[in-house]
Amino acid sequence: MAINWYKYSSPAAFYPLAGRLIPWFGWSAALLTAIGLVVGLGIAPTDFQQGEAYRIIFIHVPAAWMSMFLYLVMAFWGAMALGFNTRLSAMMAQSIAPTGALMTFIALWTGSLWGRPTWGTYWAWDARMTSELILLFLYLGVIALRNAIDDPRRADRACAVLSLVGAINVPIIYYSVKWWNTLHQGSSVSLTAAPKMAAIMLTGMLIMSVAAWFYSIAVSLYRVRAIIVERERDAAWVNALPEVRAT
Amino acid sequence: MIEFLAMGGYAFYVWGAYGVTAAVIVIEILAVRARRRAAMEEARLAAPEDPTPTVVPGGAQ
Repeated sequence: MAINWYKYSSPAAFYPLAGRLIPWFGWSAALLTAIGLVVGLGIAPTDFQQGEAYRIIFIHVPAAWMSMFLYLVMAFWGAMALGFNTRLSAMMAQSIAPTGALMTFIALWTGSLWGRPTWGTYWAWDARMTSELILLFLYLGVIALRNAIDDPRRADRACAVLSLVGAINVPIIYYSVKWWNTLHQGSSVSLTAAPKMAAIMLTGMLIMSVAAWFYSIAVSLYRVRAIIVERERDAAWVNALPEVRAT
Repeated sequence: MIEFLAMGGYAFYVWGAYGVTAAVIVIEILAVRARRRAAMEEARLAAPEDPTPTVVPGGAQ
């Protein structure tokens, strides 16, 4: 059966679809988080070098991955909005920014609390940490830019351009530990080499990563539905929604 | 249990990381729910009394 994907580029068609998807992603995220916490805090053994402090990895690495990935998704939807002038793409980009900023904050916060016992400092101006901090400022800049522009369609284009220019920072973050001598360690997991960590630790980290994905999808879809109602409030189909009529 | 909470002496760092992460996620969920409610309320205020086009009985056209 062929699905007409173009149909869902219209906010009116996407709104109910997103509503049906949210519980699946949301509850899957909750279940995977529970399993990931049992594996990470309960089953995974104590690290022979770092003791229990290494357990921060189960939130730090998934949040750091999501912070970079969500930025690229936001820039992708921004590019779609610029290229095809589609409202829904711009709304998706708008919806992802706060969750991306949240993931970046979590990565920085947990990294700082991990750095103190292992490196002896909460913060250093090394390439990995500095470029991740710039990522946070880029997210906050995109959010602030949107709030500063009254016309939503102009805000869409300005935010898309800023997102695309800022995307250069993502490969810089990713390769920073290779390109420069950083206090931050190199990758423990890569697609081209065997992981440098125990299988059970890797399992816990991957479960938490999938949970972070599902959470981000669920909360972005939830937020984009609110954004659709905010921006399409004059449309007849929005006025006819039972949830609008009932409030 | 006490031993688990002590995290081998790293309780401040481990629970500081997990606790703040949980807190900001709860804040985000509350924030998007509030945003949805506000959007619905705004849409309701912007909507005409009866948005569904109805045929007025006995009315012209």
